[in-house]
Amino acid sequence: MGFLDINNVTKSYGAVEVLHKVDINVEEGEFLVLVGPSGCGKSTLLNMIAGLEGITSGEISIKDRVMNGVHPSKRNIAMVFQSYALYPNMSVGKNITFGLEMHGTPKEEREKALKDVASLLQIDHLLDRKPGQLSGGQRQRVAMGRALVRDPDVFLFDEPLSNLDAKLRVDMRTEIKKLHQNLKTTVVYVTHDQIEAMTLSTRIAVMYDGYVQQLGTPKEIYDTPENVFVATFMGSPAMNVMPATVEMIEGAPHAKISDSEGNHVTLAFAQDNLADWAGKEILLGIRPEAITDPEAADRDSNRIEKLANRVGVTEPSGADTFVTMTLGGKDIIARMRADTTVAAGEMFDFAVNMEKAVAFDPKTEARIKP
Amino acid sequence: MSVASQDNAASVGRVGRTFVYLTLLLFALFYLLPFFIMLVNSLKPLGEITGGNMIALPQDWTIAPWLSAWSTAQIGVEPTGLKPYFWNSIRMVVPAVVICTMIGALNGYVLTKWRFRGDTIVFGLMLFSCFIPFQIVLIPMARILGILEISGTTAGLVLVHVVYGIGFATLYYRNYYAAFPTELVRAAQIDGAGFFQIFYRILLPSSGPITVVCVIWLFTNIWNDFLFGASFASGDAAPMTVALNNLVNSSTGVREYNVHFAGAILAALPTLLVYIVAGRFFVRGLMAGSVKG
Ligand SMILES: Nc1ncnc2c1ncn2[C@@H]1O[C@H](COP(=O)(O)OP(=O)(O)OP(=O)(O)O)[C@@H](O)[C@H]1O
Ligand SMILES: [Mg+2]
Repeated sequence: MGFLDINNVTKSYGAVEVLHKVDINVEEGEFLVLVGPSGCGKSTLLNMIAGLEGITSGEISIKDRVMNGVHPSKRNIAMVFQSYALYPNMSVGKNITFGLEMHGTPKEEREKALKDVASLLQIDHLLDRKPGQLSGGQRQRVAMGRALVRDPDVFLFDEPLSNLDAKLRVDMRTEIKKLHQNLKTTVVYVTHDQIEAMTLSTRIAVMYDGYVQQLGTPKEIYDTPENVFVATFMGSPAMNVMPATVEMIEGAPHAKISDSEGNHVTLAFAQDNLADWAGKEILLGIRPEAITDPEAADRDSNRIEKLANRVGVTEPSGADTFVTMTLGGKDIIARMRADTTVAAGEMFDFAVNMEKAVAFDPKTEARIKP
Repeated sequence: MSVASQDNAASVGRVGRTFVYLTLLLFALFYLLPFFIMLVNSLKPLGEITGGNMIALPQDWTIAPWLSAWSTAQIGVEPTGLKPYFWNSIRMVVPAVVICTMIGALNGYVLTKWRFRGDTIVFGLMLFSCFIPFQIVLIPMARILGILEISGTTAGLVLVHVVYGIGFATLYYRNYYAAFPTELVRAAQIDGAGFFQIFYRILLPSSGPITVVCVIWLFTNIWNDFLFGASFASGDAAPMTVALNNLVNSSTGVREYNVHFAGAILAALPTLLVYIVAGRFFVRGLMAGSVKG
């Protein structure tokens, strides 16, 4: 039993089931991020935790109290909406204390709570303004203030940063993380931005089409994705996935791929049980940063393989240089050092960290586990 | 948008613009002419009118016709002036407008933020009520007023106008609230506000523009109604419009045109006032649903 339990929860609108048997247990103080493409059911799940949407079947409980049918205001949760949902007719101060007022908190206590939250979020000077007179970032703070002031068991965020410009989004992201480190309140956070998911979370639930595809720590999700969807959704640029054949060479499984010239190259797997797949097709997944110039290869890795291939396009991005090439009939991206010597159109010896490579079953697209 | 139209206006040139303004002025004069004639003739002694010159300004300025129309003119058989009927109309319009607006706002709130199975059908039926011709309901309405024992009273008229007004009021508020962010209602729910608290504290304070539209619409329609007034409250409880008709028709001897003009302006004055006071919000309110920000 966790702090927030989502047990076998489904949601249907009429005959259409949009969430299928979702099962997530969140521990106290965790930062759970629900991430997935548009329409996968993230907001629906969050709204069900908040009590804004009914639960078709299954059970949601907070602190071992079953919440099915409990009114949103009685769940001791607070929510920050994508549009911030600030009451346009009320001042910032009123916006923040409205919930306390509705819960019958005496005036002096409300004033004190408002003061604390305002100084925490540095919005003291804005308290008399109307939401219409605030910038996007300030509105965002006020919306968080409204959630914080209630001192809830669980914070729910629905894409709180998606209306901000790129720079502000990064700043607010850091601020949310800081806030969570200080307050240690349990958070469920919805986003479709995988970088937000990776940076903020203690655990991530990757969702697609109403199913939780994988639930795990950012590292688990990144290094050992359960299937091709998770592998390609998380990470930027996305993981390279290419068809390969497993071939046994001197008793060890190798991936046989066609290179840019149409020749076969082999890369030795670090994963032994792939011997069972000898002679069969698989999908080979390698992250861009696992294909580098030899000088930059991971020294701790036991399985760096050399790969001679023709460089397609080079794209210097400042910190790194991205190199595109053809491998296994696909466009593959490698992440090289910024001052690498590769030149477009020439052959180059890449270093591939096969310890980080993953193999997928081409039929089910599920990862072949070691 | 505004920049583009300014460009257009500039390119039309001086001659074109003069032409446009002249045309507008001409039409404005054309529409104001009847009012001008009513006004000048209501301020003349009767002799000057029967003397023949309707357009001329009064030689003898007098407010006697106004005083007569207000308090002494013959309405039907009683020489009461329009005064008591004016108050009848006020007693009819104010409660009817207030009740309609309140119910309309509440309906709009429920139909958009507390949707239930079959809500579109309910709304459709209410809309339908806006388009039922008045004549059709006369007889059933008379019967119901009879059963309720309020036929021939102002209360009866209030009921009739409320029944007719709710459809439009609901339409206005529903369309306005449809554009009102549902997330605000959800946030208020989480904050612990109940059904009516959300309505009073969150929605109503933002409903200024549509309330102005609704009130103007209802006020003018109910104030100007003649058919229901004549059918259901023709005696002492008659509204202003019916009394004006009686004033014009009941002069036995000479027709006092100046008094009639004064009476007609008196009858139109409240609606005029409502437009002048609240009119600039009217267009703004009508646009509010369609143009955001
Ligand atoms: N009231 C409704 N009636 C029918 N289907 C609905 C309703 N609300 C949502 N859905 C469907 O449920 C699915 C999940 O919607 P949801 O809003 O949870 O997506 P999301 O993951 O939050 O997407 P986004 O990132 O775009 O916000 C969608 O396919 C949507 O079409
Ligand atoms: Mg969503």
